[in-house]
Amino acid sequence: MTLIHRTAAELADALAAGETTSVELTQAHLDRIAAVDGAVHAFLHVDAEGALAQAAESDARRAAGTLLSALDGVPIAVKDVLATEGLPTTCGSKILEGWIPPYDATVVSKLKAAGLPILGKTNMDEFAMGSSTEHSAYGATHNPWDLDRIPGGSGGGSAAAVAAFEAPLAIGTDTGGSIRQPGAVTGTVGVKPTYGGVSRYGLVALANSLDQAGPVTRTVLDSALLHEVIGGHDPMDSTSIDQPIPDLVAAAKQGAVGDLTGVRIGVISELAGDGWQPGVMTRFQESVDLLVKAGAEVVEVSCPNFVHAMAAYYLILPAEASSNLAKFDAMRYGLRVWPEGKPDASAEEVMRATRDAGFGDEVKRRIILGTYALSSGYYDAYYGQAQKVRTLIARDFEAAFEQADVLVSPTAPTTAFKLGEKLDDPIAMYLNDLATIPANLAGVPGISVPSGLAEEDGLPAGFQILAPALADDRCYRVGAALEAALVAQWGGPLLDKAPALEGASA
Amino acid sequence: MTDTLVAFDDVLAAYDPALGLEVHVELNTNTKMFCGCPAVFGGEPNTQVCPTCLGLPGAMPVVNAKAIESAIRIGLALNCEIAEWCRFARKNYFYPDMPKNFQTSQYDEPIAFEGYLDVEVDGETFRVEIERAHMEEDTGKSLHVGGATGRIHGADHSLVDYNRAGIPLIEIVTKPIQGMGEKAPAVARAYVSQLRDVILALGVSEARMDQGNLRADVNLSLAPKGSGVLGTRTETKNVNSFRSVERAVRYEMQRHAGILDAGGSILQETRHWHEDTGITTSGREKSDADDYRYFPEPDLVPVAPSREWVEELRGTLPENPLLKRARLQGDWGYTDLEMRDVVAAGAVGLIEETVAAGASPQAARKWWLSDLGRRANDAGLDITDLEVTPAQVAAVQALVDSGTLNDKLARQVFDGLLAGEGTPEEIVAARGLAVVSDEGALSAAVDAAIAANPDVAGKIRDGKVAAAGALIGAVMKEMRGQADAGRVRELVLEKLS
Amino acid sequence: MPEISRDEVAHLANLARIDLSDDELDHLAPQLSVILESVASISGVAGDDIPPTSHALPLTNVFREDVVRPSLTPEQALSGAPAVDEQRFSVPRILGEEA
Repeated sequence: MTLIHRTAAELADALAAGETTSVELTQAHLDRIAAVDGAVHAFLHVDAEGALAQAAESDARRAAGTLLSALDGVPIAVKDVLATEGLPTTCGSKILEGWIPPYDATVVSKLKAAGLPILGKTNMDEFAMGSSTEHSAYGATHNPWDLDRIPGGSGGGSAAAVAAFEAPLAIGTDTGGSIRQPGAVTGTVGVKPTYGGVSRYGLVALANSLDQAGPVTRTVLDSALLHEVIGGHDPMDSTSIDQPIPDLVAAAKQGAVGDLTGVRIGVISELAGDGWQPGVMTRFQESVDLLVKAGAEVVEVSCPNFVHAMAAYYLILPAEASSNLAKFDAMRYGLRVWPEGKPDASAEEVMRATRDAGFGDEVKRRIILGTYALSSGYYDAYYGQAQKVRTLIARDFEAAFEQADVLVSPTAPTTAFKLGEKLDDPIAMYLNDLATIPANLAGVPGISVPSGLAEEDGLPAGFQILAPALADDRCYRVGAALEAALVAQWGGPLLDKAPALEGASA
Repeated sequence: MTDTLVAFDDVLAAYDPALGLEVHVELNTNTKMFCGCPAVFGGEPNTQVCPTCLGLPGAMPVVNAKAIESAIRIGLALNCEIAEWCRFARKNYFYPDMPKNFQTSQYDEPIAFEGYLDVEVDGETFRVEIERAHMEEDTGKSLHVGGATGRIHGADHSLVDYNRAGIPLIEIVTKPIQGMGEKAPAVARAYVSQLRDVILALGVSEARMDQGNLRADVNLSLAPKGSGVLGTRTETKNVNSFRSVERAVRYEMQRHAGILDAGGSILQETRHWHEDTGITTSGREKSDADDYRYFPEPDLVPVAPSREWVEELRGTLPENPLLKRARLQGDWGYTDLEMRDVVAAGAVGLIEETVAAGASPQAARKWWLSDLGRRANDAGLDITDLEVTPAQVAAVQALVDSGTLNDKLARQVFDGLLAGEGTPEEIVAARGLAVVSDEGALSAAVDAAIAANPDVAGKIRDGKVAAAGALIGAVMKEMRGQADAGRVRELVLEKLS
Repeated sequence: MPEISRDEVAHLANLARIDLSDDELDHLAPQLSVILESVASISGVAGDDIPPTSHALPLTNVFREDVVRPSLTPEQALSGAPAVDEQRFSVPRILGEEA
């Protein structure tokens, strides 16, 4: 098997065995990016020089016996929403075109401190607003399974990069499903850690109370390895949890053995029914059956308030976002646009013109919506209610976790849809996140694991596993067990069935 | 447009004034409210900034523990309740000197609330009720370039320095203060001045109004006399001294009355105080721009000070200002009238420090109230804003006590201090101010004066000691003031006895 | 059914400092009405007895010691600025109240 098709864990082993070098495998991924990214467009910026320099340093450390982590030397791609010192950070927006942060996000610092060469920055919906990566100001990312289809979003770039073997690992961020839903539609693994489990310092906020960075990989074990690198307390993030993260790698390894005896799996009854693609539901049921076969006990649980999660989410998110995005005002960084024919325009006029020119439609929609939800006279009816619904959803989770150790559902209601299909129908677009949003509202962790291909279109579907706050290890244990059972059934990883892409053009 | 002002007595005949004061106190913490940048005054532009206080994308705030402690201590000193649980909130509005285009502040959950401060005016005590004291952050500073210097209007562009952005502020808001009548301007001044004494005693701020460590916004409204209602208020900003607080209240009372008397109604608006002309002008009308869309700051977790911590901080509070004043009056041996003048001048703290530095209470009072007080008044400054420290006053007095200076020379040392010429000793040396203690020179000058004024000398010889003043004056003139007048008198009387 | 008028969208855009064109207003207003309609279902879901949740996890009292940390250099601070003069951020003329 070629280097790029191996998992991160396998690459770490190959490096340890002296079979390859970090420079060689970083170069292999850069070559792959050069070959296929014209068609996929997963990257907004590739830092070949920087990645190779970091790889050379890793090789030197290996020679000196001073390795920084288990993943030292394994390259990674980073979603363009995380600040990277010296590398452009645009958040997929024109308003930040050319901005080069003078500092690193904590996640990025941790990657550097662990010795992972950074290949580049991945594409995303503008400011992470979207479920298709079509709202990127720099053009959509294409799904490696079918280049005419969306790779999910907002982190379609990270998921596609990993699915297309352009990177063994990537970082995503998940506000309402932006790691898990792209994972589902690209046949990859994505984890949203417990809120506060991974630092948000340097993550350009979409909705601060919902955002969480996490791993995007091809296997559950790789996610666990990466999660251990980026997780843990950060004094620069006041919402960061000040306690050690559980042993996630051990949980993934334990799960891969395949014995789930004594584990109670709760199937959420509200996350099924009309609007759920039959092929996705078939794959979901098959996965549940496999978990039962592995010894798990299945119970049906009801979370009655989940039906209000979408509404709460689309009030809380725009409200927080409208305030977060106010800082993009042409004064200190980023785009500055003068109103046409007004060379003597005031600061306020320049702000207005810049924000009109620099933000895309979806961003404007949500800023207006959030401004409305927070404005006096509407606050109690909208934002206030949404926060109460948040309490109800957290209580639903609490009750459900009394009956089950983990909760499961399909990650997204459908497989990847065609590019452009839902672009001007916000509600249809928003429905993609139906199953993933509740976890963000309650702060609990979740993982999406590929569950196979839907019969009707041959495209990947995802299986979501949710655990109580701080019990991220349960996601890894059950996820790894399911992955092992499915890979055994398929006779190899799901991505073996994806098109090769070489020579493809978008 | 010139405002019509009604004579102050006529205002009082027809209306009851109500006051509301909002005072911002800039804390003297080492670091800013939400980041580790130094919170000091006057650095080179944009040298005390980081991703957080510059509002760079992705940066996050972390609360300064010392600022919370200072906020709680201020709350306790103002007899407030301390919140068991409260949150920060975002106040959303756009302004170029505010890096995030929202101010991290507190909204309906202030850290301290429901307190009071008793202030003394002419021996009468007024209880000013405190509605709340909350934490927030300061903004950057803009320099307006082109057009009239430093003014926004007509400027081509502005230059922004964010060093001040994020420095911790405590905003202290009173409830409406009523029932003051003619004393409204004096109560406003006394409140701000005595609040400053509290802040200084706590040691939580430099509290200098001229440097913006302490900023007062004055809300004023008038209601028909005896109606008991509250009228429409105006909020006057840019009031940078105790004196201006008093003048601004008086001015707004007279202006409001002018409008109301003419059958007009007061526009609820922000007004700006102009120190030089002593008037207020219209700022901006309160409008939909004031829809601040407050919501809880999601990047900061709630603050829930334990009752143990609050009690521990209560134990660190300085003496109650009113009791302390009574004690100091006793210690210093001032009459009621003397003490009242000292309080009215806002000089209690200054005298306390001057006495602590070694001066006698009477000497300290003399310098601060008569000499330095007059100078501050002439310069339109508060006495606390003069560039003279209590330690310097004590040092000057020590030079007087030792005979190196007389009072007249001491005043010249104060001239030097205000001109920034160095320490009192340096000024004495540089200006050549020391009293001539060369007995020979002094004796010769006295002899010369006696010779030149035989009539006066004769009167003194005849026992009219009061006439000695003329001779002493002549000697002092000859010595260009650099003689100890007491010694000259002794010599004159000796020689003519 | 909540409806958001074109004028209301214009007012909100003004609050949010976005200079929407007439075309954008025509396009956005109906879309926002549809979104608002779909989220309006939330009113009345939770009663007065339900406390609001502003933070996903119940942390309190996260403070930092009052110790100075290194700031950015002025070069770093100003590196992204559209215009710089005298080591300050140069911005278009500011209207409004005098500072």
